[in-house]
Amino acid sequence: MVEVYIPYLTRVEGHGNIVVKEKDGKIECRWEIPESPRFYEAMVRGKPWDKVAHITSRICGICAAGHTLASIKATEDAFGMKPTEQTWLLRMLLNYGEQIQSHSLHAFFLALPDFAGAPSVIHLIPSHKDAVLAAVRLKKLGNDIADLIGGRAVHPCCALVGGFGRIPTEKELLTLKSKLQQGQEDIKLMTTVYASLKKNIPNFERKTEYISLHWDKEYPWIDGDIVSSEAGVVPYREYLKFIHEWVKSYSSAKRAKNVFSSYTVGPLARVNNNYKQLLDSAKEVSEKLGLKIPSHNPFHSNLCRVVELVHCIDDAIAKIDKLLAKGLKEEGLQVAPRAGRGVGAVEVPRGLLVHDYTYDATGHIANANLVIPTNQNHENIEDDFRAWVPSLIKQKLSDEQIGFNLSMLVRSYDPCISCSTHLLKVDFKRE
Amino acid sequence: MGKPKVAIYDFTGCEGCELQIVNCEEELLDIIGNIELVYWREAVTASPDGKTPVDCDIALVDGGITTPHDVERIRKIRSKAKILVACGSCASLGGINALKNDIPLEEAKRIVYGDMAQHFETIPAAPMRNYVKVDYELPGCPMVKAEFLKFFKWLLLGKGKWELPRHSVCVECKRKENLCVYDKGMFCIGPITRAGCDANCPSFGVPCEGCRGLVPEPNVNAALDVLSERGLTLEDAINNIKMFCNAEKPVATLHTWTKR
Repeated sequence: MVEVYIPYLTRVEGHGNIVVKEKDGKIECRWEIPESPRFYEAMVRGKPWDKVAHITSRICGICAAGHTLASIKATEDAFGMKPTEQTWLLRMLLNYGEQIQSHSLHAFFLALPDFAGAPSVIHLIPSHKDAVLAAVRLKKLGNDIADLIGGRAVHPCCALVGGFGRIPTEKELLTLKSKLQQGQEDIKLMTTVYASLKKNIPNFERKTEYISLHWDKEYPWIDGDIVSSEAGVVPYREYLKFIHEWVKSYSSAKRAKNVFSSYTVGPLARVNNNYKQLLDSAKEVSEKLGLKIPSHNPFHSNLCRVVELVHCIDDAIAKIDKLLAKGLKEEGLQVAPRAGRGVGAVEVPRGLLVHDYTYDATGHIANANLVIPTNQNHENIEDDFRAWVPSLIKQKLSDEQIGFNLSMLVRSYDPCISCSTHLLKVDFKRE
Repeated sequence: MGKPKVAIYDFTGCEGCELQIVNCEEELLDIIGNIELVYWREAVTASPDGKTPVDCDIALVDGGITTPHDVERIRKIRSKAKILVACGSCASLGGINALKNDIPLEEAKRIVYGDMAQHFETIPAAPMRNYVKVDYELPGCPMVKAEFLKFFKWLLLGKGKWELPRHSVCVECKRKENLCVYDKGMFCIGPITRAGCDANCPSFGVPCEGCRGLVPEPNVNAALDVLSERGLTLEDAINNIKMFCNAEKPVATLHTWTKR
């Protein structure tokens, strides 16, 4: 009975084809994205400012809160608005809800079975029942936060330009806080599980360029400028100085490069670039997991997700305490649209997300550019293949084993369901 | 009788509706225990023979039709499924994807992909029922968790009749004693939108955006009164309902509305 349950737990998020061909020592590696084109940049043209976040949220069911926040920030940036402290704290909580939900799903349900040598999480229930239950609770915790703060976990409705449609009550926040305290216990257990399995994480290293937000005040989620491990910092509005998007014919998802032929975004880039800003509790877990920063092993993204989960849970509690200490109040929504360009750069679970809008004088979108995290990782994944496949072949692994290793590698990037990818299909051809 | 074979497929969309199924954390074990899950792309890596679609009693399908390949695929899935359920607004109404139907498709491709546009095929976004017989529709963006659970339980038990609510979001909103968002100066299309979401958005202080489609037999006179009282036009309402229903009858229907 339960066997059927597990497949859902071990879900693969993404539809891409891995193509590896080897002939006479010549190796060709491709990471293909055959996803249906979506056309959001065209669809938002001419749409009014108060609809744009609700349209762009629909790019992705799992990063919906991140798209909403990036969109709102871009619009506020264009209109010259700054959020109040209460609004900022609530937005941080909404962000934490999504990070906790997404990271839990990926780190514990999708990636963990690979390292535990199990086909799926169900196979871990007999040996790790408490851990599986803790993982389910953590995922639900993320959804509970987003449901309360955003009005709905999938496509939040009440995070708006200028503030929130509804402010949670003190009682609701206290309930949430006690769930987060349970989350602190659950993540402790999951850390122990990961620490015990980390020896099974492949030892593959390839230095690449790591790009993320960076903010002096705190670990960057919805604030800061763009930092590159190779090229320094640019103000968030000048993201195009680092992010050069291009199109490949076999991939409806765009690709991106900067200093090298590819770069990466996501938990590993964030932790590599912002280790100092992590809370001490998260740093302790990082040490416990033996994470050496900077790390050039893409599989360490999974360890970084655990580290970030600790940070998110602990800081969500801190943010709630701050809200409660200040007292919650209705603040109203004052928005004065004007012509101009605005950029919203945020970190979603899979990495740097940028919404860039140009508004006309009536508050309708004249032009939009959206930079999706998974798109920024596609070329980096392909470069990883190119670097790793020769050594896998040299180890005389079977086609199946090579396919498994490459699948696991792609999974470590947690490619986003609909931001660009679907089923992972391995097409390995040796001629 | 054996457990019904269930397959889950997705088309063009955000996959938020599948996530809604995953998000039924507390009920999911019960559901899964009562079915035989034969295909779920995000879940099981492939169908048993490595090919899709597979024979099934119930196919749950989310996302919309937006490419020639989608059309071909939904027809194959239909031919293998005894019952086809369209999950969410993209599958039931065309949904958000259909916003692109207002733009000449070649232009949409050029805006997004520039001179690589010729590599990407696209057709006007449409709901499943434009191409195949659909047995049930669960509109909503995303699909409403509680409604999905109620529907699925009914489907498994096979007793009684299933019907979507035939009243408007306003009814649910009033029952919850929410402050009417019109009184906050917002434009809500709850008065003409199908209920069943427990007035999710107005309950969080924001207007209904019509993601569940037009209510059957809307009170046209009352709706037109609401618009004129607030200094709004039918065109405003049409622009609003387009967000999720641009591929659907509602937009055409609204154009014909006149006070009787």
